[in-house]
Amino acid sequence: MAQRSRLHVPHPPARPGDRPDFSYVSLSPAGAVPRPDARAPAREVENLGRELVRVLDEEGRAVGSWNPHLDPEELQVALRHMLLTRLLDERMQRMQRQGRISFYMKSTGEEAVSVAQGMALQPGDMLFPSYRNQGLFIVRGLSLVDLMCQCLSNTRDMCRGRQMPIMYHWGAGNIFSISGNLATQFPQAVGWAMAAALKGEDHIAAAWIGEGASAEADFHHGMTFAAVYQAPVILNIVNNQWAISTFQGFAGGERRNFAEYGPGYGIPGIRVDGNDFLAVYGVTRWAAERARQSGGPTLIEHVTYRAGAHSTSDDPTRYRPKEEGASWPLGDPIARLKQHLIGLGEWSDERHAALEKQLEAHVLACWKEAAGFGTLTEGPTLDPATMFEDVFHEMPPHLVRQREELKHLAAAQPAKGSEEEKSLERHSPAVAKEG
Amino acid sequence: MANMNMVQALNSAMDIMLERDPRVVVLGEDIGYFGGVFRCTDGLQRKYGEHRVLDTPIAEGGIVAAAIGMGVNGLKPVAEIQFADYIYPAFDQIVSELARLRYRTAGEFSAPVTIRTPCGGGIRGGQTHSQSPEGVFTHVCGIKVVMPSNPYDAKGLLISSIEDEDPVVFFEPKRLYNGPFDGDPHKPAVPWSTHPKGAVPDGYYKVPLSKAEVVRPGKDVTVLAYGTMVHVAEAAVRLAQVDAEIVDVRALAPLDTDTLCSSVCKTGRCVIVHEATRFSGFGAELAATVQEECFWHLEAPIARVTGWDTPYPHAFEWEYFPGPARIAAALTRVMEDR
Repeated sequence: MAQRSRLHVPHPPARPGDRPDFSYVSLSPAGAVPRPDARAPAREVENLGRELVRVLDEEGRAVGSWNPHLDPEELQVALRHMLLTRLLDERMQRMQRQGRISFYMKSTGEEAVSVAQGMALQPGDMLFPSYRNQGLFIVRGLSLVDLMCQCLSNTRDMCRGRQMPIMYHWGAGNIFSISGNLATQFPQAVGWAMAAALKGEDHIAAAWIGEGASAEADFHHGMTFAAVYQAPVILNIVNNQWAISTFQGFAGGERRNFAEYGPGYGIPGIRVDGNDFLAVYGVTRWAAERARQSGGPTLIEHVTYRAGAHSTSDDPTRYRPKEEGASWPLGDPIARLKQHLIGLGEWSDERHAALEKQLEAHVLACWKEAAGFGTLTEGPTLDPATMFEDVFHEMPPHLVRQREELKHLAAAQPAKGSEEEKSLERHSPAVAKEG
Repeated sequence: MANMNMVQALNSAMDIMLERDPRVVVLGEDIGYFGGVFRCTDGLQRKYGEHRVLDTPIAEGGIVAAAIGMGVNGLKPVAEIQFADYIYPAFDQIVSELARLRYRTAGEFSAPVTIRTPCGGGIRGGQTHSQSPEGVFTHVCGIKVVMPSNPYDAKGLLISSIEDEDPVVFFEPKRLYNGPFDGDPHKPAVPWSTHPKGAVPDGYYKVPLSKAEVVRPGKDVTVLAYGTMVHVAEAAVRLAQVDAEIVDVRALAPLDTDTLCSSVCKTGRCVIVHEATRFSGFGAELAATVQEECFWHLEAPIARVTGWDTPYPHAFEWEYFPGPARIAAALTRVMEDR
């Protein structure tokens, strides 16, 4: 034993050039973890944070008590949503590379989390997404054109040009505004759920955070309030192993699972295979059932892998092995659901290829429509004078004056040209943080 | 002497201080192995080890609080907050703790923490990667606030900040990291190697924390600016064709009132420029100071050119940014006033 203290610095298992090593990810066999009653006391389900809830086995069969027993038609819809999410991401990443949008963040490899949870919840449940939950918008039915127009900051942008790409919101679809700041939405979801309970409503709330952002105080505020008031809320930690360059050990993942935060607060914590559509769906149903029956909050840790870069500003080959994703032990969520459906006799490689082709064409058609409302490089453009609106409910006099000043200035100056936009693109190292 | 951009100059300052003073530690998100999202700490962990250049959890409040504790225990922490827009979770630690520790313990405890943070717009960062919150911090008693406008000052001011016994919030205008940006996004980027202040000594030197600098002498009107706006003001002066004296305020708190006010007393006119929003912005403090000290010398009302009083909009970055045309218009206006 050392006779003095020494500062411990967490190390990821592998850096560029090393062999990928996921031996730290403890796995339970599919079907091995029994599903307790949804009203079980938190103390009696502490094993759920230590184990890993899985439904799909290595052969793609659905096994065990967490299987939600969905119809093949529902599973086909799920596959379609996940595939559409992935193809949207690929298209938007390419558009960023071409300078048509300023920034993008893909959710590749994590599609099952948003799609399964979006489908397992009810339309009136309020969602507080993080920035890698685009699948929620797709499940709830917001058109791709609307998502794309937001990324384009164009004349049909729901944010009216005020937000960076991917910071969507959708009031009519009960999806809250994505913030560029981390973890802020987590305790807000708890407050929304407290209000629902206070008003005697049936709807529940759900929030998502990355494992990295669980280090922020807001995560712990959310847990405390959820526990104290037994708020009807599902609190999700998407553990995709990486927060930009920082591996999950830096958020405290080295000696316990993130789901195990739950019991410390008196909240059930469930660790689930985040790339297993059926397991995520089953666990979410359990938590929703519990919340709707006054059973209070549930913390869910989704064990998954960020298959892509953090954002279009990031280069992960600087800090993790290139081939790491290929050795991720939980596979790919789309491939796994596809394999399951094929095993059921409800899908085939041919149908999959045809769907992929059809969705690619759909994404392209949506892009063309969205771009017609303006891109970074081509008009039409929003009126800059609109930037003064919505700062307050009613525009105060000083903003009215500033708006007039801007209009005078615009009248005195030549219109901006495409050269400016080309220059902008060169100067665009915007980086957002990862949770 | 070497040509450095601002990133290299800041890196050099931390390198030198890590080398010179074993008490110096650098900490922040993605700053160690990765070298920082803007590369300001590139190579420092390799050189000084992971006990002196620490990656941290994503928790700005935790970063500043830990830095305070380290400072109390004899270290000299240099904390990076990845974007100034993300500093607010640390606000309580900065305002209620870091700024007042010396005062409330009658000097028994203090924490010489330097907080580096990139600020300002012009990179399509929208409202969460573009803010200039310096005025929020100059309003707090007990912390020093600086914002360099060039690599030479950046290095010298950062070394001074690290050596200072008081806490310093060190704002880095990220649009200036790679070159002196004059406010015209139509023009190709200009590297720091073309600018005299891109010439930076390799070794140790200091720029004082409490001194402004006259960067362009003139007799007609004084322009008070800092950070990116120093370069934008230079372009505006050429545009307006006035013989303006440009003062790089550089040290926002404490403020070098003498340099600022002797210039205004000489020229009799004053235009204040910052990228941050106008209402209760740092320009209000500058205007009040100039009014108090120079009232009998003023030939025209003091003018302010600032960002509009809205969040920084992604699509209208250049309409929001107080560019050369707006500053030139203000210069022309104060010259007309009799």
